[in-house]
Amino acid sequence: MSYNCVVLVKQVPDTKRITGDVMNDDGTVKRSALPAIFNPEDLNALELALQIKECYGGHITVITMGLPAASAILRDSLYRGADDAVLVTDPRCAASDTLATSYILSCAVRKLDYDIVLCGRQAIDGDTAQVGPQTAEKLDVKQITYVEELEQLDDKEITVRRNIGNGWQQVRAELPVLLTVTGGANEPRVAAAKKMMKYKKAMTPFEIEQKIKTENPDANQADIKELIEHKSKEIEQAGLLIKQWNLDYLDADLSWCGQSGSPSKVHRIQSVVLAAKESKEVEPNQKGVADMIHELIEDKTIA
Amino acid sequence: MIDVNRDGEVWVFAEQHGGRLEDTPIELMSKARHLTDTLGVKLAAVLLGDNVKELATKLIHYGADKVYLAEHPHLGTYQTNSYAKVMYDLIHKHKPQIVLYGATIAGRDLAPRIASATKAGLTADCTDLQIGDHETAKDKKLHKNLLFQIRPAFGGNIIATIINLDRWPQMATVREGVMIPAEPDAKRKGKIVEEKVQLTEQDLPLQILAEQKRPKKVDLKAARIIVAGGAGLGSKDNFKLVWDLANCLGAAPAATRAAVDLGFIDHDHQVGQTGTTVRPSLYVAVGISGQIQHQAGMSQSQKIVAVNSDPNAPIFNIAHYKIVGDLNTIVPMMIKGLKEKGIKD
Repeated sequence: MSYNCVVLVKQVPDTKRITGDVMNDDGTVKRSALPAIFNPEDLNALELALQIKECYGGHITVITMGLPAASAILRDSLYRGADDAVLVTDPRCAASDTLATSYILSCAVRKLDYDIVLCGRQAIDGDTAQVGPQTAEKLDVKQITYVEELEQLDDKEITVRRNIGNGWQQVRAELPVLLTVTGGANEPRVAAAKKMMKYKKAMTPFEIEQKIKTENPDANQADIKELIEHKSKEIEQAGLLIKQWNLDYLDADLSWCGQSGSPSKVHRIQSVVLAAKESKEVEPNQKGVADMIHELIEDKTIA
Repeated sequence: MIDVNRDGEVWVFAEQHGGRLEDTPIELMSKARHLTDTLGVKLAAVLLGDNVKELATKLIHYGADKVYLAEHPHLGTYQTNSYAKVMYDLIHKHKPQIVLYGATIAGRDLAPRIASATKAGLTADCTDLQIGDHETAKDKKLHKNLLFQIRPAFGGNIIATIINLDRWPQMATVREGVMIPAEPDAKRKGKIVEEKVQLTEQDLPLQILAEQKRPKKVDLKAARIIVAGGAGLGSKDNFKLVWDLANCLGAAPAATRAAVDLGFIDHDHQVGQTGTTVRPSLYVAVGISGQIQHQAGMSQSQKIVAVNSDPNAPIFNIAHYKIVGDLNTIVPMMIKGLKEKGIKD
């Protein structure tokens, strides 16, 4: 029996590799200067889907919600072996919190046949780990969080091992199910050269339009339209079209999307500036160290 | 979702496993007590389980005015669906204004499921909670006494304060170890409210086939003194310096994520955003540069001693005692100095 997998992925700023180049003089981070990357644990989710496909057969669709530029991680998913890619993009998605995001993603997943939905445990920009469980609730499917190993898939049942912090738990559930996958689950494969050659030309309708407009700056609107239609057909026939869905296509209730669908609002954002405290320089010699120890004993820090 | 209910209680999810209460509800209640005192409402703990009534008294001693007790054989072992269903029903019945959960493995699994069903907001991994006012920019409307849900975001580089204006309850998960638990008061009185629970087999969709938990190798949260090492130690062999100094001080040995990733020491010893949050009397940071993610887990220590060869290491920004030098000479000096003072554990 084969399985249809849907993998939810996110493009995130690389918050883990903050170097001097992206720091402002006041010690805060220039967020726009951070490179955009494939959320690391989403790669583990994709890898798990690829392993399921290799073992049992099936189809993998990768979905991301984001700006048009998020298509980069969809192409990356195709390089690694995904069959299909969907970009959910719409200005009305802006300012979505995790609740609105999960609603929009669930609308997109509902457009597909699925047995298993996979996503990373959490994204490194927010670290909330909320979108997985919330999407599961919206789809009315079971969730299994912190999956670190797929043990068995047979017919309609899945058995996995979860990482529960100071140990593990082996659980079985009937499909369909949503899994959130941890970074320790596997070693994501790298892009395959052959697939890369093929899919580097994969494009979203937005990108096709941009390309035609840049290449034909002087063409009139009717010509542009015709050129876009022609190019789109060509891309689609080559199997290189990245689907692009907006909220109308998803039949989404707009009151649950974007700003209006988001109960969480930001009251304030403060940059973390590493605060200087009252501090002492200790001479790096035996006397300096001994004096410090004396002080720590005197003030009863050391008993 | 429930409407704004200013008379609503403040709730703490009293996570327990096998009849043993987790630390987080106790930590949360001491913070929640401050919130309820500001708001002038009652503090309630919500206890789900099977045969867990005796924990209710304990929760009252730790500050609960009321304990909602939901007992059922199907609540004996934690599962997302059964627990979420009971919490959802209780929230809609009693309309609390605030619901707090520990950001534990179970708490981070459960709370988003409830938030989605309730269509309410949820802020993950808060490190502080306050009551405050917010003026909406558009209509200049003043919303008084909201829950300020304060959390690091963006890899710890910013601190965001999140609010829920009108879609309540206001919910948050709170990082383990950041709230200081209050002392229990055995004389405190409170009310235990037994709730009827209706659950069927369908509410337990997972089969839990096996489970193995091992005790943590070290209890960093309880340690009065911590000696932590970073990548600067260079090797697992050299990390022995950290163990030696820790032994000398009767301290718990700890490490940064980098040192754990390099295999110098087990993950149980990790301090920081993805490890344990600690606030000991003394934190000795050896060969630790002090990335923001590490500082998030130790900056509340009462005294910080830092040893690093790089005078520009960020750890020096928060250290009380700065020792710029080679840890391979400084740490033995510290051990020698302690022994001379007659301090040897």
